[in-house]
This record gives sequence, structure tokens and C-alpha cells, in this order.
Amino acid sequence: MSIDFFIFGIMPYVALTVLVVGSIARYERDPFTWKSSSSQLLRRKQLMLGSVLFHVGIIVVFFGHLVGLFTPIWVLDAIGVSYGFKQLMAIVVGGIAGVVALIGASMLLHRRLTDPRIRQTSSFADIGILGLIWLQLLVGLGTIFLSMSHLDGGEMVRFMTWAQSVMGLQLNAWLEVANVHALFKFHIFLGLLIVILFPFTRLVHMLSAPVRFLWRPGYQVVRSRRQTTLPSRPDTAPTAKAQAARPATGGIAKPAE
Amino acid sequence: MRVRAQVGMVLNLDKCIGCHTCSVTCKNVWTSRDGVEYAWFNNVETKPGTGYPTDWENQGRWNGGWERTRSGKLQPKQGSKWRILANIFANPDLPEIDDYYEPFDFDYDHLKSAPEMKAFPTARPRSKITGERIEKIEKGPNWDEILGGEFAKRSQDYNFEGIQKEIYGEYENTFMMYLPRLCEHCLNPACAASCPSGAIYKREEDGIVLIDQEKCRGWRMCVSGCPYKKVYYNWSTGKSEKCTLCYPRIESGNPTVCSETCVGRIRYLGVMLYDADKIEAAANAEKTTDLYDAQLDVFLDPNDAAVIEAARADGIPEEWTKAAQESPIWKMAMEWKVAFPLHPEYRTLPMVWYIPPLSPIQNAAQAGAIGMDGAMPDVRSLRIPVKYLANMLTAGDEEPVVQALERMLAMRSYMRSKTVEGVIDEGIAARVGLNGRMIEDMYKIMAIADYEDRFVIPTTHREEVEDAYNLRGGCGFTDSNGCSGGISKGNLFGGNKRPLKMPTEAV
Repeated sequence: MSIDFFIFGIMPYVALTVLVVGSIARYERDPFTWKSSSSQLLRRKQLMLGSVLFHVGIIVVFFGHLVGLFTPIWVLDAIGVSYGFKQLMAIVVGGIAGVVALIGASMLLHRRLTDPRIRQTSSFADIGILGLIWLQLLVGLGTIFLSMSHLDGGEMVRFMTWAQSVMGLQLNAWLEVANVHALFKFHIFLGLLIVILFPFTRLVHMLSAPVRFLWRPGYQVVRSRRQTTLPSRPDTAPTAKAQAARPATGGIAKPAE
Repeated sequence: MRVRAQVGMVLNLDKCIGCHTCSVTCKNVWTSRDGVEYAWFNNVETKPGTGYPTDWENQGRWNGGWERTRSGKLQPKQGSKWRILANIFANPDLPEIDDYYEPFDFDYDHLKSAPEMKAFPTARPRSKITGERIEKIEKGPNWDEILGGEFAKRSQDYNFEGIQKEIYGEYENTFMMYLPRLCEHCLNPACAASCPSGAIYKREEDGIVLIDQEKCRGWRMCVSGCPYKKVYYNWSTGKSEKCTLCYPRIESGNPTVCSETCVGRIRYLGVMLYDADKIEAAANAEKTTDLYDAQLDVFLDPNDAAVIEAARADGIPEEWTKAAQESPIWKMAMEWKVAFPLHPEYRTLPMVWYIPPLSPIQNAAQAGAIGMDGAMPDVRSLRIPVKYLANMLTAGDEEPVVQALERMLAMRSYMRSKTVEGVIDEGIAARVGLNGRMIEDMYKIMAIADYEDRFVIPTTHREEVEDAYNLRGGCGFTDSNGCSGGISKGNLFGGNKRPLKMPTEAV
């Protein structure tokens, strides 16, 4: 059994299973550990710029991969995007975002390793996952140079086919990418490894990106132990203001602790 | 009208001796753990001074609290919701731990383990974060206590706004007072409004503002959102923590630890009824000097029949309405108007109020020619400038502070006349808009301050909303995560950095 089959045929399923089951288990079993683990309080320096660069870059890279790998190929054909053009876009956008993220990650990694306050308060997982992501960014940027030598988009389509076939539970999907350059293989391996480690590191804070904040009604949050709702009073029709001051999160029967 | 109850606090600064007993007992109970060594849910500052964290009152620097935008909208001063989210990767308004102080401990062991040597062994400081040697401690939790440091530094105090402060740097004109601070449990908390996760909430039944430790994700916007800087980021657990108003004690009818242990008996706890529908309008008053009056207007008279009926309809227990009628907070804030909110201009409608301190007559040299208002000295010639107190308590409006100080002087004068000369002088009371009966009540509550007069706290009726059967075998109060101590050894998720050190059984 070849190592390619293991990495491209089996590992994706292992990774996704660990990601889903692990995240649910952690959220359910140990919600107290679900956090972003910010270290800004301890040291501002290098974080202000590094963190912004890293996050903005990596978000672009992440969604670029998501859209790039999982857009069905017939959609590309339908809207008339040539494979070569798509690959060029991926190289340009991904390259810029990747460099931005790498600069940010380097600043953060340097800070984490050399600043005594941050080093002392970091766990093995904190340093490890940042190191892995840094390496992954470097490898990912390295693959750009390989891609430059064949700009027809053919190899990219093979990766897309592989990714989509894996999702379609086609067990021989790994054959698609069995003979790509080793750097690509390493990049995919690292990516899947990060997915596996996801539930056990601070990366889980991604899943609680607080976008709901934007449409949370009003500003205030009130919780109540009340079992039944209060009768509405005729003399005070509930206004927008009043609602803002009322329980905003499923407050009913939610105890304080 | 939507009636809600709030456990409020008043601190009588006139009696605070700055002993820090409140801070120490609070720390022993709540923050003697890793990650919050630097955090003081309760601290006592010497004023004038820049306080803890340094310069916390300067919202031009920290952007805490609320602001009224030009279009008349009320929003957190650090920005509207999308602005807060945009700063989530790096919060520009977040203090660094050095703005509080780097927590330290001393090598006490060296004192007994040092070998024989010429010099006496000393216990040198070490950082509690890195464990490394600190050669020089640059800051502590109360660094400018008793006017420590030079005047140039402590006169950075924000409350000197609009005061010719130079003369207060002179030895003869210097003044000071103590300001114990804790979470204000605001009616319009800026921390809760800033929390992207919605983990900070105000309890409907008693108004206590708490952080749900399981829902907090450590986005740290509350720390910068709170203008009093009373939300602290625990750098070990990665969650924010704050004063809980000792809610397990309050629920059982006991005063908070800081109040219970206050040797000067300066702290009062009682119920205030308020109208939740009026909050937003009150916090959004156009002029900052109107905010104090606007907040008074939010409170509901617990003796008003209409209010009692509305309170009943809104599910406020009878006992709580009764407690509101006997509340020392109501008397001091509403009847006698001697207590004021701390920095109402932050628009948070704080619920820990302060009675301004009296101070000696301004200058010994002037003692003969002091301004006297009838039998009483003019409060404007007291050593602490009225404007300074007004900047702290009424957004700069001196009138209410002057009236409060006059009433306190009148209380002294009236009682001196009564007990020393045996003369009941209603004239003194009338001059400050009170009567003899009220002054004697003031005297009983503010000067004598018996335990049961200071703390009028009804118990929480948990039995009406919880089935005790479901609580059997529970852990009671824990920090987080059910029965676990919050940080468990060998954790699958994220590992353990510094396990909670619990005492173990001795062999």
C-alpha cells in the first residue's frame, strides 16, 4: 500500500472525522477551554502589526483554498473562466495574501519564542501550531514557483478533482494526485495534519468568530431565571428601546453559572 | 414602565481611612490565583493620583465607556459593533499588563536558606509571569498611595480638569482623599455591550453583571470597553474576569466581602428599583451634566403605590419591594441627595455611588477669615476643591456636590448642638432643605452605621425558579466547567500550562 494512498486516500477522512468529532467533544465537554488565548495583555509589541497581518492574510488564503478547491469544474466552464486564468488568479491573490500572512506569522513566532513573558506562558500546543502554520505558509508559497512552470491550470484541475472526489467518497481519488511534485504532497499532508490538530489547539476560536455580534439586538444582554414571560403591559407598547433592554440571549431558564 | 431590582452600593468617602482591608479580603477570596495576581476586583486609590491602571480615568486615551455621536446615537466609545469586530485581531485600546503592574513575589525562601554571609540576606523580587528576577519594581497596585511621587506626576489626574492645579502642589495647600473602587454593576454596562460573544450579562433579578466563563472566548473587548477598567483579562485562562458583587453571598442575604470587612463601616448595600425602559434615554442625555439627574429619574420610588403594583406585575418578590423601601441607598441617593455616581459622563449609569468627603478648612492662615455661611463654614473653602469632587462625581456640576457637603456639615452641626448644648436647632436643618427628623435619620445611618442599617439585602428566591432535586450532588460554586477546578491536569484540549495548585492531604 503506497504512502500516497494513505495521505490522499485515507488521511482526509481521518482528518475530517477528528475535526468534527473532536470539536463537538471539546465544545460539549470542556467549553471553558474554548478561547482565542490572546496574549496581547502581556505584550503589545509585535502583536499589533503581526496579528493583523497574519489574520488578514490567512483568512484570504483559507477562503481562497476553500473556493478554489471546491468550486465544481463545470461551474468554471459554465461561467467561462479558463483554467489558466484561474490558476493565475490563485497565484497572484494567494501569493500576496500568503506573503502577508507569512510576515505576520514570522513576527508572531519570533515574539512567541523570544519574548520571555510569552514564551513562559505558552503551552506546547501554542508554539507547535504556530510553527506548523508558519511552515505550511512557507511550503505553500514554495509551491508557487512550481506552478509558475506550468501555467495551463492542468495540475490545479487535478487537485480540484481530487478534493471534490474525496468529498464524493470516491476511494480512488488519490490516483489523481499520485504523481504531483513532492512539495505539493507535503503541503497537503501538513494541511491535513493541521486539520487533525485543530480541535486540540487554540485554532478552535475560528469556529466562534463572533459575527452574530453584528445583528445581536441592541447592546445590552440581560439574563433571567424567569420560567414564564412577563405579561405585556398596555401602557408601554414595546419599543425598540425596551426590546434592546430585554433578554437578548436565550435568557429564559438559563442559570447564571 | 418595566420594573427591575438592583443591588446597589454606596461608599461614604467621608469615613474611608484607606486601610485596604476591602482590597485584601477581596483578593484573598477572588483573585489569589494564577493569571489574576495583577487584578484587584476592589482597590483603593489615593486621590489626587493617576490610579490603577495608570490614568484609567482618561478616556481620551483608553476609549472606555459610551459616547453620544454627533447624530445623537449612543454607542461604545471604542466604536460601533463593526468597529469593535474590526479590532479583534489587535485591540488598540487594550492596556498592557505594565499599565497595571507586572505581578511579583519575593524570594522569601532565601531568608532562611541563605548560607552564612557578611550581608544580611534579602528577599529579592521575581516576576509572577516569567519567574525571572525583577531588578527594580516599577509599579504596584497602589503606586501613588498617600500622594507618593512628585506632584507633576500625580497631577496628571483627570479630575483636575478645569482647575488651576499648580497651587495644590504647594505643601500648605495639598489635599488628598481615598477612593475605593470596584465594578459599578452599571445599568448600561459598556463591557456587556462590547462583548462580541455575548458572554457578559446583567442579571435581571438583582442587576449583578457577570461574565459567563464558558461563553467567554477571550476577545478582550470588555477590558477596553469598561471605562473603570474593572474587567480583567486572566492571562492564564485566557478569559476575562470581574467583580461578582460576591453574588453567592448576596443571594443568601449577606453583604459582599469588601462591605462585610470594611472597618470604617463606610459601605452600604441595598435594593433600588429602576425602570428598565428609561435606561437608553437616560444614558443618552444630551449634556454630560444632565446624566446625574437623568439617572435619578430612572430610579422608581418604592413607596409609590403605582410602582409597587408594577413591581408585583413584573415579578419582583414582595420582600424585595420591602427591602427597597428600607434601602439605605435610596435614602442617600434620592432622599438626602448626598451620594453620587462615579464619573456619570461615561454614560454607563453606574450603581456604586459615593458620598463626597468633607475636608479641613482650606488654610490655617485663613482660619480667622474663613468664609462662614451662618454657623457653618462655606464648603467652597474646604481643602478639597469642590470642582475636583464635581469632576469625579457629577461630570463637573458643582451645585449637587455643594449641597451634599452642606448637608453633611449641617448634620454635624445639628448633632453637636443637640448633644453638646442640648439645643435642637431646626434652623440648621432648614437651611440645607432638611428637617430635624431627617437629620437624625442621616446621623443614624451615616454616622452610627449599624450593621442592619448598612446592609438591607433580601435573599434571592431561587426556590421559585429551580428544582432543588436537580441540584443534588452538585458542586455549588465553581469557577467553571462543572465540578472541575477549571484547569485540570493532563487535559486533552490545549494541555495545562499552570495547574491550579490545591492543597493536598498531608501524610
